Amino acid sequence: MVRSMLFIPGNNPAMLQNADVFGADAVIIDLEDAVSIQEKDAARILVKAYLESIDHPPMKIYIRINGLDTTDYEKDLQSVVTDQIDGIVLPKAKVCDVERLLTLLYKIESETHMQKIIGIIPIVESAKSVLEIEKLAALSRIQGMLLGAEDLSADMELMRTITGTEIEYPRARMAFACKAYKIDAIDTPFTDTSDNLGLIADCQKAQNLGLNAKAAIHPNQLETIHDVFSPSLQRIEWAKRVLKAAKKADDQGLGVFSLDGKMIDKPIIERATKIMESAKKYRLLPVEHA
Amino acid sequence: MLTGIAGTLESNDAMITVTPADKLTIEVKSVVDAFYHDQIVKVIKDTLFDSKIANISVMCQDKGALDYTIRARLLTAISRMEEQNG
Repeated sequence: MVRSMLFIPGNNPAMLQNADVFGADAVIIDLEDAVSIQEKDAARILVKAYLESIDHPPMKIYIRINGLDTTDYEKDLQSVVTDQIDGIVLPKAKVCDVERLLTLLYKIESETHMQKIIGIIPIVESAKSVLEIEKLAALSRIQGMLLGAEDLSADMELMRTITGTEIEYPRARMAFACKAYKIDAIDTPFTDTSDNLGLIADCQKAQNLGLNAKAAIHPNQLETIHDVFSPSLQRIEWAKRVLKAAKKADDQGLGVFSLDGKMIDKPIIERATKIMESAKKYRLLPVEHA
Repeated sequence: MLTGIAGTLESNDAMITVTPADKLTIEVKSVVDAFYHDQIVKVIKDTLFDSKIANISVMCQDKGALDYTIRARLLTAISRMEEQNG
């Protein structure tokens, strides 16, 4: 699971060469909206050369290809589907699009004798995609789903608002589907890169609805995203105490016990275990726990 | 005249211009020329060798690009020149 996915324009050498130092859990190298039509060829060649130059980067690498309704997507796939990437981010994805992409990936992987099985992250950015969220989540190779609120709001003929009321339903529906299929639920980017308080509030709304990650459009958004989508020190302390008390109760043969006057049973112990797993993964524990 | 151009003059990028020629000429202008001139020329020569191109004129205006960026911009410029040629 990831907390952050940072968009990197595919034709920007300065951003690409620093992709591994920004600290994102994953990057999405963009061949779609961030690249003008005249520069699609240059971006493909640059990204291919970049991928050939890297060796075990610390973050996951995804490529947002051009939509299947364009003439660019096949060239994108031919250039970037290699063992260096973790997956493809598919814009305007519906079930039929993901199925087409799966066929293309099987073909390329087989022809090039790849070691890796490339994952897929569909972008939910149309009303039809929202209605297909559960089916999308259940498809083979789906590693997560990314909400694209700008295009979705345009499709719904809604204004984007700072409160995000207009995207509560797709956020919640996506969160449930992703949780059910144990894949990443990735929130739409917050587009005002200078409004950190707005970003915090937006992240908290998404997290409260059950999403576990957020896309970023600027490296300066990563720290805030990580703060919100990582377990807080308070939660880690709580989880530690629950697990310690659970061990003691287990030694005494107790299935249910109380801590701070509250009943602790199996679901709460599982939640505490997950918090500790996340804390360990994101290196939030003191050295003796890591 | 056929010309292929790729890249920008932004930091960490290189703008490369190629034109057909009857011999190989490579001109490099770089912000790090004193340290990396020979390395840039080597990347250009290696890329041309891999592309099986012997005679061409290459002008590289480098703004501190890494090797893979120079290689990518050169390949794009060549591809664009060849596209003009039909």
